[in-house]
Amino acid sequence: MERPTVLECRNLWKLYGAQAEAVLARHGGAPTPEALREAGIVPAVRQADVTVARGEIFVIMGLSGSGKSTLVRCLSRLIEPTAGEIRFEGRDLLAMSEAELIDLRRHRMGMVFQHFALLPHLTVLENTAFPLEVQGVDRRTRLERAREVIELVGLTGRETRYPHQLSGGQQQRVGIARSLIVEPDLWFLDEPFSALDPLIRREMQDELLRLQARLQKSIVFITHDFDEAIRLADRIAVMRDGAIVQTATPEELVLRPATDYVAAFTRHIPRAKVMRLATAARPLTGADFAGDLPASALVATVADRIEAAGKPFRVIGAAGEVLGQVDARTIVDILLGRDLPA
Amino acid sequence: MIRARAARWAFWLGLAAITAVLSLNGKEISQALGWTWATRYPQAWQLNLDRQISAALKWLLEEASLGPFRFRDVTRLISALIEAPYTLLRGLVVEGFAWGQGQQAVPILPPMSWLPVILGAGLLGLRLGGARLAVLAAAAFLYLLLFGLWQSAMVTLVSVAIAVPLGVLGGAALGVAAFRLRWVDRALRPVLDLMQTVPVFAYLVPILILFGFGPVAALVATVIYAMPPMVRITTMGLRSVPDEVVEAGRMAGCTARQLLWKVQLPSARRVMMVGVNQVIMLTLNMVIIASMIGAGGLGYDVLTALRKLDVGRGVEAGFGIVVLAIALDRLSQAAAALGPQEPGDRHWLWRNRGLLAWLAVVVASYPLALIFPALAVYPEGWQLSTGGFWGAVVSWINLNLYDQIEAAKVAALTYVLVPVKTFLLGIPWAWGLVLAAAIAGGIGGWRLGLMALAMTGFIVSAGLWPQAMVTVYLCGVSVVIAMLIGVPIGILAGQNDRAHAAVTVVLDTLQTLPSFVYLIPVVMLFRVGDFSAMIAVVLYAVVPAIRYAAMGIRGVDPQLVEAGIVSGCTRGQLMRKVKLPLAMPSILLGLNQTIMLALSMLVITALVGTRDLGQEVYIALTKANAGKGIVAGLAVAFIAIMSDRIITAAIARRTAARESHA
Repeated sequence: MERPTVLECRNLWKLYGAQAEAVLARHGGAPTPEALREAGIVPAVRQADVTVARGEIFVIMGLSGSGKSTLVRCLSRLIEPTAGEIRFEGRDLLAMSEAELIDLRRHRMGMVFQHFALLPHLTVLENTAFPLEVQGVDRRTRLERAREVIELVGLTGRETRYPHQLSGGQQQRVGIARSLIVEPDLWFLDEPFSALDPLIRREMQDELLRLQARLQKSIVFITHDFDEAIRLADRIAVMRDGAIVQTATPEELVLRPATDYVAAFTRHIPRAKVMRLATAARPLTGADFAGDLPASALVATVADRIEAAGKPFRVIGAAGEVLGQVDARTIVDILLGRDLPA
Repeated sequence: MIRARAARWAFWLGLAAITAVLSLNGKEISQALGWTWATRYPQAWQLNLDRQISAALKWLLEEASLGPFRFRDVTRLISALIEAPYTLLRGLVVEGFAWGQGQQAVPILPPMSWLPVILGAGLLGLRLGGARLAVLAAAAFLYLLLFGLWQSAMVTLVSVAIAVPLGVLGGAALGVAAFRLRWVDRALRPVLDLMQTVPVFAYLVPILILFGFGPVAALVATVIYAMPPMVRITTMGLRSVPDEVVEAGRMAGCTARQLLWKVQLPSARRVMMVGVNQVIMLTLNMVIIASMIGAGGLGYDVLTALRKLDVGRGVEAGFGIVVLAIALDRLSQAAAALGPQEPGDRHWLWRNRGLLAWLAVVVASYPLALIFPALAVYPEGWQLSTGGFWGAVVSWINLNLYDQIEAAKVAALTYVLVPVKTFLLGIPWAWGLVLAAAIAGGIGGWRLGLMALAMTGFIVSAGLWPQAMVTVYLCGVSVVIAMLIGVPIGILAGQNDRAHAAVTVVLDTLQTLPSFVYLIPVVMLFRVGDFSAMIAVVLYAVVPAIRYAAMGIRGVDPQLVEAGIVSGCTRGQLMRKVKLPLAMPSILLGLNQTIMLALSMLVITALVGTRDLGQEVYIALTKANAGKGIVAGLAVAFIAIMSDRIITAAIARRTAARESHA
């Protein structure tokens, strides 16, 4: 299931301080953090590589000050990176003129912001239609289109409200609707749920998964919440001090953290929530099975069935091949966090 | 650490001692040394800057040209652009329109009746703020009608109506330019600083010369006076739009122009409306002042009443200014607080039904006024007057309290005002230069010291040293008294919610009043002179002293207060050891504002006969001597700028010291 790449950045740097470019060049394009500190330069992003495939949710996870917000702003060119290369569908994003960039943002990109960034003087309907307004789409068409998107995010009935009359969750639904109205291919979400209460946050995560199942956008999602990353991500990039420490699927991050820093995040995550049957499968021991299960299923979602069956299940790969079996014993080991027998 | 502190004390004490010695014995010492020039600045050393400025203005007016146009054509064009709408509005509500000139004039349209104007004020209040504001606005205009101030009020209002849009649009345009272009921002900053500190009379003269005597010159001066806060607030508002909102605009694909018009300006609207309110209030303030130099209006009514010692009339007209100020302030504040309107599905005719009804009344009022002349001109017989009452009050006070008032006045003069004045005037100018530089340098470093030296040098070389000292003396005494009264009240209000609410209402109202109004009661009770000037300045300048002290006390972190209580502080200790030190930067800011207001009021008190720089400016104004007016005005501005920079440096030093300790 190799999917085409939508967005790709290589060796991206964003440095703040006097003559950042010269300092970068002096150190051969890869200065150490100590060299930067000596030159009085604050590195926001260091040597970041990111590849986002079509239809995937790519999560960038990091604590505050780790550079994740700067990185996503470089990827959308809201901030000019100091050095590096960014390609959007093969086109060099950094070489684009202002006009090309505006055209790209008007039709291909959408972005959702942490504090919603709604315009206070426009209604829900007008806020949603705003990207079409700046394109010069006539009022009737754009408001009609806005009504459709508002229905999609479940805000029908509140079209004439103003942002200050809405709850945080509702405001973010407007933010999502606004970013979706141009039907973007690439969707940036910058900590979209961080400003919301925990219960609403969960509800909005479900909402995002529901939307994504339907729309299949290529998503770059920023968060500081590892649980949120695990819930949503196809792949996660963990950032620390401006650099990407590890990029992997949630399962790999939990089972094989690259550094102690990543391990500190993943330690409390129940493995059943991230482990797929492909990893849990043991060699076949007999021929009597309770049934077949797909290798991509999460252990947590099928644990009850396996435990109740009394007999092992066969694990079937994407191409129909048999990868092995899982039984109640294996499930219990995983749930209790015991090491699996080889 | 301790030695450094001792050195500081020695520095300041030494400075004070030398000053005292030189002030008391300066003449004798300079004569003994043969340095008489040190006490009396020789005429021959004066830079005749005033004459050069006058000459430059003359050249500008008569010779200068911008391409094919002479400078004079440009000022004429501006005059015409301002005069046309002014004449139109004035015709509409004050004089009416007529065909022909003088005796042969055939009236075409009489001035608008008072009925639709009062109704319009009420409807506007209703639309912006509901029934209470409607009653307030209508009542204010009704007062003007009932007390026979209608015509003057309309003249004043027309000037406000012309100057406000110019000030708002001009200020917003400059503010946007400063926001987008760094060099504009850098060029505007010092200009704005100067415009807000140079007394208004000072640039009234060159404007009179450039635009000729008349309402246009007054309007130009008014716009210049009222614009700076709009420029500042526009820039501030645009800067305060959250980054995310701007990014959202960019991600939606806005061009730079769309970003400004569709995202940044609408998001800054609320902040900018505060600027609009300020422009309106400053405009009214200036229009009142300008009306005294012949533009007519409410200020002129007050001045003539004062000159005739017609106490009652003066008070009534003064109240007229007050009610107009309050009405304009509340209306514009309500407009600022108004959120975006709920877009109804109704037709626009229905949504604007109030406006349409009002227009109908306007049209109907003309034929009705023909039938009922009382609608056209409110009959004098129906006017109310409290003049007799106020006259009686003042004469009662003069009869029964004359001795007490006189005693207070004499005591203040002999024990405070005159000694301070003698002391300051005794300081030889040569030592004054050193003193100013030493104070500024001791607090703010050598750069500030040099600046103070240069500015004081300007004042001295213009031959204005004695007048400047009178200004410093009047301002200083008034500020000290204002702080002595204001800070305790502010501290009280800062600790007690109820007192705070009451004080806020009073301060808000005081702050909307045009400065000129403060002169009325003072002159009536104390007549003219330094004492009256001081009282008027104190009344006007006490507001920020109270406000900032209250703000400072209220701003103290409640956790720190609790920490103090838990540590066993008594109430007095809590105040002295916790609250006051933490509130000190805010109180100093209040001191700064108090000085600024005192200086601006001092210039206006020139009308009641002081002998300071304000009087110099005022004399220059009456003699239309532009150079002299500008030089004296700059001298006032320099005093203001010096004290502002010194206090700002003192605040910065306090906070820096605190942070380095932490």
